[in-house]
Amino acid sequence: MATSPEPGALPELEPGTLPPDAGALRGRVREFLAGQDFTPRCDSWLTGADPAFSRRLAERGWLGMTLPPRYGGHGRSPLERFVVIEELLAAGAPVAAHWIADRQTGPSIAAHGSEGLKRRFLPAITRGECFFAIGMSEPDAGSDLASVRTRAERVAGGWRLHGTKIWSSGAHLAHTILVLARSAPADGDRHAGLSQFVVPLPGEGVTVRPIRGLAGEHHFNEVVFDGAFVPEDLLLGEPGDGWRQVTAELAYERSGPERLLSTFPLVRLLAERAATPAERRAAGGLLARLWALRQASLGVAGALARGRAPDIPAALVKDMGTRFEREVIEVVRAHSPVEPDPASPDPLARALAEAVVQSPGFTLRGGTNEILRGIVARGLGVR
Amino acid sequence: MTGLLDETAHRILAADDPWPALEEAGLTLVGVPEGAGGSGGGLEDAAVLLRAAGYHGAAVPLAETGWLAGRLLAAAGLGVPAGPLTVAVPGAGGRLRRVPWARSARRIVVLADGAVTVVDRAGVEVAEGANVAGEPRDEVVLVSVSGESAPAPVPPEELWRWGALARAVQLTGAMRRALDLAVRHAGEREQFGRPIGRFQAVQHLLAEAAGEVVVADVAVRAAVRAPDDPLAVAAAKAGASRAAGVVASVAHQVHGAMGVTEEHPLRTVTLRLWSWREEFGDEHHWAAEAGRLLGDRDPWVALTETGIVTGE
Repeated sequence: MATSPEPGALPELEPGTLPPDAGALRGRVREFLAGQDFTPRCDSWLTGADPAFSRRLAERGWLGMTLPPRYGGHGRSPLERFVVIEELLAAGAPVAAHWIADRQTGPSIAAHGSEGLKRRFLPAITRGECFFAIGMSEPDAGSDLASVRTRAERVAGGWRLHGTKIWSSGAHLAHTILVLARSAPADGDRHAGLSQFVVPLPGEGVTVRPIRGLAGEHHFNEVVFDGAFVPEDLLLGEPGDGWRQVTAELAYERSGPERLLSTFPLVRLLAERAATPAERRAAGGLLARLWALRQASLGVAGALARGRAPDIPAALVKDMGTRFEREVIEVVRAHSPVEPDPASPDPLARALAEAVVQSPGFTLRGGTNEILRGIVARGLGVR
Repeated sequence: MTGLLDETAHRILAADDPWPALEEAGLTLVGVPEGAGGSGGGLEDAAVLLRAAGYHGAAVPLAETGWLAGRLLAAAGLGVPAGPLTVAVPGAGGRLRRVPWARSARRIVVLADGAVTVVDRAGVEVAEGANVAGEPRDEVVLVSVSGESAPAPVPPEELWRWGALARAVQLTGAMRRALDLAVRHAGEREQFGRPIGRFQAVQHLLAEAAGEVVVADVAVRAAVRAPDDPLAVAAAKAGASRAAGVVASVAHQVHGAMGVTEEHPLRTVTLRLWSWREEFGDEHHWAAEAGRLLGDRDPWVALTETGIVTGE
C-alpha cells in the first residue's frame, strides 16, 4: 500500500493569481468593447478577422503586451495579457487577424530571434501592422509534425524553400508566415535538422490558395513554396533549432483561454434566456464547469509566467477545455429548440450554426486530443 | 511549511487507525483558531490534511471534527472540546438523519432554531446507518439536551456549504489515489505479453482521468482560498462530484476484475468517491445553485468576479 503519493507522476497545478491591476485592466477592456461595433461570434479567434479592429486594440496597447519594451512591446506580464484576451474572447470579438502573431510568433521571435529579427518584427507586431500565419502542418505531416517534407536548401546568402504548408489560418491576410522546414537530413534523429524561417507575404515563389471550410468559409490556406528565397537573416535562431522552438510555441498555443471560450457566446445566450429551473440549472452547470476550467487555464498561465514548461498540464487542460466547448453546444441544444442557421436574425441560431460548423476543429487544432492524451500518458509513465 | 504538513499527514493517515496519532500531533483541529482551543492554521492547511485523508481512504471523522464542528463552535464563541466531534442539522420533520460519525463522536454540535448547542454523546440515541463506503451516517435522537449553547453564527445553508467544500477536498484526494493505483496497475499488469499501459486504449483512459483529477483539484484549491464565495464553492463541489464518477469508472475499468474485490485497496477510495460525491449536494444540486447565484447577471461578469485571488 502506498504511504504517500508517488512523486512526479502527475503535476499539481497551483491556482493562478491575477496581478493587482487586473480589475482595472478588465474594466478598461470592457469599456473599449462596449464602444465597438461588431457582431459577437463563436470561434472569433479563428474566424473573426478584422485588421482594423486589431489595430484599434494595438492603439490601446493590447497587442504585444508581453514583448520587451526595447523592441516596442509593452513589457506586461503574461497574466495581464490573459485578462485582456479572455475579455476579448468572451465578447466574441474579431481578434483572428493578429491572434497568431500576438500569441506565439511574437514571443517565439523574442525568445529565439536575432537582434535584427526582433527589431524588424516585434515593433510591427505590437502596432498591429504585422500579422503572422503558421506554417507547420503539411499534406503528409499533421499530427506527426516532425515528418515535414518542406525543404530548406542552402544557397548563397540564404535559403530556398520547397514544399507545401496547409491549414495556415489567415495566411491570405497575414504579412508573414513562420515556416518549419527540414534544413538538414534527419540522420537518425528526426527532431534534428529542422529550422524555422520568417517568410514575408506575398512573396516571390510563394503561392497562397484558399482551403474552404465546411460551410465554404475562408480562413484556412494552402501555402506553396516553389524555391522561394529566404535571406539568411530571416532564419529564426540557429539552423537545427526548429523542433525545440515549435515545441515551446505549442505550450503557448495549447494553454490559453481560447481553448475553453470558443463557444462562450452560446453560454451567454443560454443564460440570458434561461427561464425555467431546468434552463437555469443548465446555465449554472456550464458556468460551474467553466469556472473550474478557467482556474486550470490560469494555473497553467501562472506556471508559464514563472518560467516553467507545463506541457503536461497544458495538454490536459486543452483536452478538457475543447471537449467542454463542444459540450456547450449539446447543452444549448437540449434547452433551446432552435435550429442552427447562419443567416438567422436570432443570435442564438446564428451562434449555434457557427459553433456546430467549427466544432470539429476544436479537438483537432494545436494538436489533436489523441496526441494530447499521448503526451499525458507519457507524463504518467505508461507510455 | 505546507510540504512538511503534507508529509506528516500522509505518514500518519496511511497507517491503520490513525486517529490517536492525529490527536497526539494536534492535527484534528487544524484550521480552528487557537483561542477557541484549536490548533490554528488556515483552511489551506486543513485542506492538506483532508486531501491526505481522502487519498488514503482513512476512516476518521477529520472533516467533521475540525472543519465543521470546530470552526462552527469557534465562530459561535464556544470552546472546542477534545475528542472526535460531528455536526447535525435537522432535516425534514426536524429529524437528525445521516449524521456523519455520530456513534464515534464524543460531542455532537447541533445547529438548529438559530442556536448552536453542544450535545454530549451520552445524551443521545443513535440508530446506526452508513454510506456505501461503510462510513457511519447515523440518525441521532436527542434524549436530554443539556450543554453549552450560543446563538448560531451562520445559517444552516452556510454550514452545508462548509461541508460541500470539505467533501470536495476529500474527493480530490481520493481521486488522485484512484488514478495513482490505476497508473501503477497499468504498468504492472501484463496481458498479451506486455503491460496493459502500453495499449493506447488504456493510455487514453488514464489521460482522461488525469485531466479530471487535475482540473477538479485546481478548482477545489482555488475555492479553499475563497471559501466565502458561494459560487466558487458551488463550482468546486459540482466539479469534484462530476469528476469523481469519471475517475472511479476509469480506475475500475483499468483494474479490470482485479479491482472489484474486498481485498483490493481500490475500493477504499472508489466507494468513498461514490459516497462523497452525493454528500452535501451532488453536481446537479450545485449546478442549480450556481444557476440561482448567477441570477440575472451576465455569466462572464459573474465568473470573473468569483474566487480568483489577486496578488500584491
